[in-house]
Amino acid sequence: MQIIVNSKPIEVAVNCTISALVEQLNLDIKRIAIEYNREILSPEQFHTTIMNDNDCIEIVNFVGGG
Amino acid sequence: MHLIINEISQDISAQLTIFQLRDRLHPTAEVIIHNGVPAHNDCALQENDRVVFIKRGHAPSASEFDSLLAARHTESVHNTLKQATVGIAGAGGLGSAIASALTRVGIGKIIIADFDVVEPSNLNRQQYFIDQIGLPKVEALHENLRRINPFITICPKNLYLTRSNIPEIFAGVDVMVEAFDSAENKAMLAQLWLQQFPHTPLVAASGMAGYASNNIIRTQHRLKNMYLCGDGISEVQDIYSLMAPRVGIVAHHQANCVIQLLLGVDPDSEEINYADNS
Repeated sequence: MQIIVNSKPIEVAVNCTISALVEQLNLDIKRIAIEYNREILSPEQFHTTIMNDNDCIEIVNFVGGG
Repeated sequence: MHLIINEISQDISAQLTIFQLRDRLHPTAEVIIHNGVPAHNDCALQENDRVVFIKRGHAPSASEFDSLLAARHTESVHNTLKQATVGIAGAGGLGSAIASALTRVGIGKIIIADFDVVEPSNLNRQQYFIDQIGLPKVEALHENLRRINPFITICPKNLYLTRSNIPEIFAGVDVMVEAFDSAENKAMLAQLWLQQFPHTPLVAASGMAGYASNNIIRTQHRLKNMYLCGDGISEVQDIYSLMAPRVGIVAHHQANCVIQLLLGVDPDSEEINYADNS
């Protein structure tokens, strides 16, 4: 199925969770903030949130320094 | 005649020279600034001239300082900034520069938290001094901010910020600023803040290491109520460390973003926008 990540279409497996998406994108779960269909998710929700076709996901990947 | 004397509009009944005015109003003044230029010789004052009398080492009063900020920023902008409370998580390269800028413009209240101590290696980018090495950062910063503008309220919190203490420390701020060093803490605060305080904007930062281009540093509206400053990619690595200029650029993106949010200007717009806050 297809979902939209940061305004770009991406192919993922059916019943893909947010955690699986994070892994697929090679991101570190501790360094990101995710909005799923305009709702911010807490890290505990990453495993339990199963995505549907055409869902909208925005991911901010933080890099260190400040 | 009408004059602006030490930033305050005044009507003076007589036609005076600069030195006569000094003798009448500020006889101990050692320095006179006449229309922006140091005045060494006496001359006649003209209508609407701007004169500043300075006694070295003598601080302006709270009301004089207030008037000069209002004169610089306009009354309505000044009042909005003066009534605002801003929270800053972290007093390192970002937090110390953001707090300095916000103190200079007269933000009414700043709550700033960090657990760290000033180390020699911090001085390549953080707003501390050699003689402050070893002091808790928030204590050193408090001292420095008071030297800039002693008339605002600073609430320094010398503690390690966690998911559990952030809400109580920063509840009630008008704008929250993320100024952490580690990516994990940045993500933690973004996630927590946007969930628990969805109506209070968060100004965060990511990507500022090294000496790459200035021009890839941006302020973008990301997620629901977050503004993200930085280039998004320049990460701290062993051979690619943080330096004062780029950290300062990002810090000042953040500080300006705070001001824009307080004044109702869209921070993620490239329009030239002079806030009409009247």
